[in-house]
Amino acid sequence: MNLSEIKMGQQAVVTKVNGDVLALKLFEMGVLPGEQVELENIAPFGDPIAIRVGESKLCLRLADAASIEIELSVWKES
Amino acid sequence: MERIITVALVGNPNCGKTSLFNALTGLNQKVSNFPGTTVEKKMGDAMLTEKTKLQIIDLPGTYSLYPKSADELVTYEILRNKSETNFPDLVIFIADASNLKRNLLLFTQVCDLGVPAIIALNMMDVAARRGISYNLEALESNLGVPIVPINARKRTGIDALKQTLIHKLPRTHVTYFGLENLDQAMLNELSQVTDKRNAYAALQYAINAKELLSEKSVRIKEVFEKYAFDTWQFQEEEVFSRYHTIDKVVKISRIQSQDNLKKSITRKMDAILTHRFYGIGIFLALMFLIFQAVFSWSAYPMDLVEYGFAWMSEYIKNTLPPGVLNDLLVEGILAGLSGVIVFLPQIIVLFFFIAILEDIGYMARVGFIMDKVMRPFGMNGKSIVPLISGMACAVPSIMASRSIENRKERLITILVIPLMSCSARLPVYALLISLFIPDTAVWGPFNIHGLVLMLMYLIGFAAALLSAWIFKHFIKSVQQNYFLMELPGYKLPVASNILITLYEKSAAFVYGAGKIIIAVSVVLWVLASTGPREKMAAVTTKYEVQMANLTESEKNEAMIGGISLRRDADLLEASYAGQFGKFIEPVIRPLGFDWKIGIALLTSMAAREVFVGTMTTIYSVSGAEDNLDSIRDAMLVETNSQTGKPSYSLATVFSLLIFYAFAMQCISTVAIVKKETDSTKWTIIQFVYLTVLAYGSSLFIYQVFG
Repeated sequence: MNLSEIKMGQQAVVTKVNGDVLALKLFEMGVLPGEQVELENIAPFGDPIAIRVGESKLCLRLADAASIEIELSVWKES
Repeated sequence: MERIITVALVGNPNCGKTSLFNALTGLNQKVSNFPGTTVEKKMGDAMLTEKTKLQIIDLPGTYSLYPKSADELVTYEILRNKSETNFPDLVIFIADASNLKRNLLLFTQVCDLGVPAIIALNMMDVAARRGISYNLEALESNLGVPIVPINARKRTGIDALKQTLIHKLPRTHVTYFGLENLDQAMLNELSQVTDKRNAYAALQYAINAKELLSEKSVRIKEVFEKYAFDTWQFQEEEVFSRYHTIDKVVKISRIQSQDNLKKSITRKMDAILTHRFYGIGIFLALMFLIFQAVFSWSAYPMDLVEYGFAWMSEYIKNTLPPGVLNDLLVEGILAGLSGVIVFLPQIIVLFFFIAILEDIGYMARVGFIMDKVMRPFGMNGKSIVPLISGMACAVPSIMASRSIENRKERLITILVIPLMSCSARLPVYALLISLFIPDTAVWGPFNIHGLVLMLMYLIGFAAALLSAWIFKHFIKSVQQNYFLMELPGYKLPVASNILITLYEKSAAFVYGAGKIIIAVSVVLWVLASTGPREKMAAVTTKYEVQMANLTESEKNEAMIGGISLRRDADLLEASYAGQFGKFIEPVIRPLGFDWKIGIALLTSMAAREVFVGTMTTIYSVSGAEDNLDSIRDAMLVETNSQTGKPSYSLATVFSLLIFYAFAMQCISTVAIVKKETDSTKWTIIQFVYLTVLAYGSSLFIYQVFG
């Protein structure tokens, strides 16, 4: 599963990041394998999304989020 | 002897760098270029001791020393070049304690470049709220550099930071990432090619040169190919290795870590501010509030400025002996200047809102909300901040577009920014709108002026989007397109940050625009009061004869006043300025403009706001009006000498409004576009398309409604 498929209230762990420029930029901004991610907001027009990852809050497009592979960890009642 | 220490402030975006810079330097700041380059530096001074001066450079925030955008490149360029005169003796690295791990990634890269550094640990309060705090001694000994806790926004810890600079200035640097596993022969070759002794600096430069810079890139590529070196793989490994080292340090030094289950304030606020309905509603309401504020709140200080200038003109006119100097001061310089300074309150109000929204962290949310909207137009969410601040001034906005990674999106953003109605158009719009709508007109709680003004801004924005959409189809790009942005936590605004921004922008407006306006006003005044000798003499003689022919009973004030008014108007027409206006009149006549507007169009090529000063100068030279605050009345009663109809019909005013909304009438913008795009071709293309757009639209409006 990848990050573009995450739903509100779901928590997950990053397992892998694909791509070169984008992957490096994501690593530098703290999106690393093993980090917890959570979907916090969805922009008014459905895209981009805002995620909490590690200690940062980032926003990215769904197309870019698709290159981040995740594994759901905790289910929360939304 | 005074000693000068050059210090660079380095850190991630939103780490509090600018707040610290403001706290250290106050108003002793200036922006200039590094010698011989187009790289912009923001510098400031502070006294460290009586004999030591700190020269502080504020560098753009970046996440790593592998720059991916133009602003990150600035930071890298300063830190890589040891022979540069502004190469810092020391780096103050500002680290966000609430996000220490990621912040330290850049720190370790800076250290490995060979620059001595100390850490200013900021936002400990934010970290504490999340249940995180650090044992600073452990952190210090594990990282091997002095660490000073500060709160840049509350300005605490600044003295301790200065004390550390005096007593614990590090002489050596620490290494965090070894290159032992790499082929040493390759590193030696890279050191030779890049002329850098530090192996990490050489390798880093080589990787960046291959990606971003052109010099030496061919030789560097050969070396990489010879050793089959995969730069992407290396950079990934480097990042992971650094994070691994940092992780260990951070874990040892973290004294308590409890999972804070409470939803953060930022999260709660974002749930509303980026909400699908409320989010857009709040954004539009904010924009609307700003326009109302610009028009209604500024009215009172504007009256004061007008009153002050009127008083000053009157005083000088009556105090100085009558003559050329008196006329030049009152009709040339003061008239031109007052027409512009009077709009300073509006500019301050506009910048006030932009500065606050930026400072509290809202501007990034606007980018988040608007990304999807901007995409079809070949831009992205990061374009929205430069576009919105383009409503204040295009020059800093075009520089702000540096944060856009993709070159095509950045170019498009730069190309259309001048269509956003900047504050220099405010004086022009304000004057023109007041020609057909009385000040007092209201529609419910709203001032109609404010509504029409907002409409002008919307027209500019729509034109910007449309032009961007067209450019999207003509500009090619091979670069990967992505949108990745940090949403910083919301903060309370800090008065000093906002006041410094306001001071900077107002000073730039008054000095920058003031210089051009005084120069243009003086030249214009000279051109408007002198002319070809025979023509001027003919006019003078004609009215002298009229005067002489007056009978005793006709020699009353009204009669003489009327004759001298007509004489002054004819003199203006005969002057050099009048001759020029007449010369270009055939070109602008289809737009509904007469030769007087022609003069103003010419002088506005330097800067738009000169329009008002020019109109004031023209009308006060032609004698129609001595009093500054009623330039509007002078334009209202002005009639066309050929048709006898008012010169400023509704169609002419609309046509003029649209012309000023679209035309590229700003030398500073042309210069900054050339600098930022580094392309004569695009600078010319932009100038031409804006001119054609302005002329075509005005032509259409005047021909249809005229």
